[in-house]
Amino acid sequence: MLLDAFTLQLGYNATLVAIGAALLGTAAGITGTFLFLRKRALVSDAVSHATLPGVCIAFLLMALAGGDGRNLAGLLLGSAVSAGIGLWCMNWLTRNTRLAEDAAIGAVLSVFFGFGIVLLTVIQTLGVGQKAGLEGFLLGSTAGMLYSDALVIAAGGAVTLLLVLLTRRPMTLVAFDPEYAAARGLPVERIDLLMMGLVMAVTVVGLKIVGLILIVALLIIPAVTARFWSERSDHVVLLAGLFGGIAAYIGAALSASAPNLPTGPIIVLVSFALFALSLFLAPNRGVLAAVLRHMRFQRRVHLRQGLLALAQGQAIYESLTLRLLRRAGLLRADGVATAKGQARAAKALRDERRWEVVRGDVTQEAAAALYDGLRDIETVLTVDQIQEIDRRIGGPREVLS
Amino acid sequence: MSLDAANSPVENRVVAGLDQDAKIAQSPLAVRGLTVSYGEKPAVFSVDMTVEPGQMTAIIGPNGAGKSTLLKAALGIVAPISGRVTIFGRPLAEQRARIAYVPQRASVDWDFPTRVIDVVLMGLYRELGLLGWIKGNHRARALDCLSRVGMADFATRQIGQLSGGQQQRVFLARALAQGADLYLLDEPFAGVDAATEKAIISVLKSLRAAGKTVVVVHHDLATVAEYFDNVFLINTRRVAEGPVAEAFSEESLQVAYGGRLAATQIDQLARA
Repeated sequence: MLLDAFTLQLGYNATLVAIGAALLGTAAGITGTFLFLRKRALVSDAVSHATLPGVCIAFLLMALAGGDGRNLAGLLLGSAVSAGIGLWCMNWLTRNTRLAEDAAIGAVLSVFFGFGIVLLTVIQTLGVGQKAGLEGFLLGSTAGMLYSDALVIAAGGAVTLLLVLLTRRPMTLVAFDPEYAAARGLPVERIDLLMMGLVMAVTVVGLKIVGLILIVALLIIPAVTARFWSERSDHVVLLAGLFGGIAAYIGAALSASAPNLPTGPIIVLVSFALFALSLFLAPNRGVLAAVLRHMRFQRRVHLRQGLLALAQGQAIYESLTLRLLRRAGLLRADGVATAKGQARAAKALRDERRWEVVRGDVTQEAAAALYDGLRDIETVLTVDQIQEIDRRIGGPREVLS
Repeated sequence: MSLDAANSPVENRVVAGLDQDAKIAQSPLAVRGLTVSYGEKPAVFSVDMTVEPGQMTAIIGPNGAGKSTLLKAALGIVAPISGRVTIFGRPLAEQRARIAYVPQRASVDWDFPTRVIDVVLMGLYRELGLLGWIKGNHRARALDCLSRVGMADFATRQIGQLSGGQQQRVFLARALAQGADLYLLDEPFAGVDAATEKAIISVLKSLRAAGKTVVVVHHDLATVAEYFDNVFLINTRRVAEGPVAEAFSEESLQVAYGGRLAATQIDQLARA
């Protein structure tokens, strides 16, 4: 059953949902990365909650006009309008009052959502709501997805991706250094607005699949996941698209493999699983890598301190230092340095003197920046450079091994 | 000009006006009647400034005197209440490509996922356009700019791993990549190491030697005479402007800094 789901063998509807979700996940991951880099991740939460009144009003208008209240394109148009109004309110509040952005987000989110819920209740009491299934927009509902719905989602995702491709450079520049961007004549406010517009588009398109409460996860989790794996913004953007697409595809397939599994929440959980894996396993920024790095660092410090203590004839009290020195064959069981230990200790002391010379020399800045009190100098400088330094230091020479 | 005309006050005023226009047309950065206000407290009030082409000018004044604000308004980063800014005699919007700006270090998120070379490549933003891909020659130029500030060895480091001074030099390299004619720097020497200060000042001098104009918001009065040709003293209003030997005087420092500098300090500086 699960394998069938992943290979799109579960029938027409499940296939539509899986492909639609993957497209949406990719678009959301890529768009969300710019929001994340601009440090405005929570704005998307307010935008998504602000869609609800629009959905309800659009339904009422279409039903009153005698048409089909459930027309997806119509509902999405309504949601876009009310999300746009919410966005405008947020911008107005932050710009023209003393409210900070977080307060404006809180106000807009709760008021719009509350209003939307009231409208939803009204629709249900009117008796036209049962067949509408508007509650599906809260957490997403993919059961009755039509081919035309899938087309709307695919088209929306494609347009969003195209716009991101065109504006990725200005958006990155504004996210990194808004002042510099303004100095170069970039319309910072308009670019921010465009970014929000893209987020709004993704939100609206994703309403049907993940629902408005959880869409923020699709925008933000892939971006923070990708950040663990790269130090380059362009790579983070691409990886976020990849993670978002994979999570949405797997989530949609999983939810199709058993009855009554909600699509949106499952996609979010899969997305979180990718995040958790990255959090622990990513090189450099991952938790495991950080722990290992710390342990390795601690050993190097102890070894170095031990060698310098040996060279200067000081007593060593730390048991970890003693253990490391013995294990490396630098110290005998009775605490006396071996011949190898004495040589290494003398070298360590000599390196300290050499580093002093390097750090006092402006032309060696790149090398000096690598000084950490631990590094062997020959890993940074060539034999010739070291001999030159030794000539300057004078005193006893030693043969480099 | 006839003797009669020279004696007529009306004629004199017209000639002075024409003279002003010519100066503005030649000046890389001319500001007239500029007022910028945060809330209802003017940070810069009715300021005139005429930067001399091909020279190094320091903008100095006490904390909160509007130094950075003046620069930001000149660049259109903050909107002025009134006043006019011209770049080489033309409106700012037409001359963006000729200006390079080095902001204060604090304005940037240093954990941003970007490497040193990517920051410098941002300087080529205009050339790359919206869809252009970064090619080998762009990278070579970025590396060249990095080596001019002594940072070529750091090209692939994440920017957060650099020291403050090194970050400042990367910002300067980004400005160099733009190939501009006018360079505006906001406190480039604040909190940097001696090596960086030397590297930056030598790059700025090489820019001047190449005929470029350099304007620096500066805080260290002790190095003004050593580094700069001209000085612009500001304390919300313009206090003095001109060659260091004339404008950097005891009286103008007294006016600009008031009681904030001890009389002996001012005395020493003006004499140095």
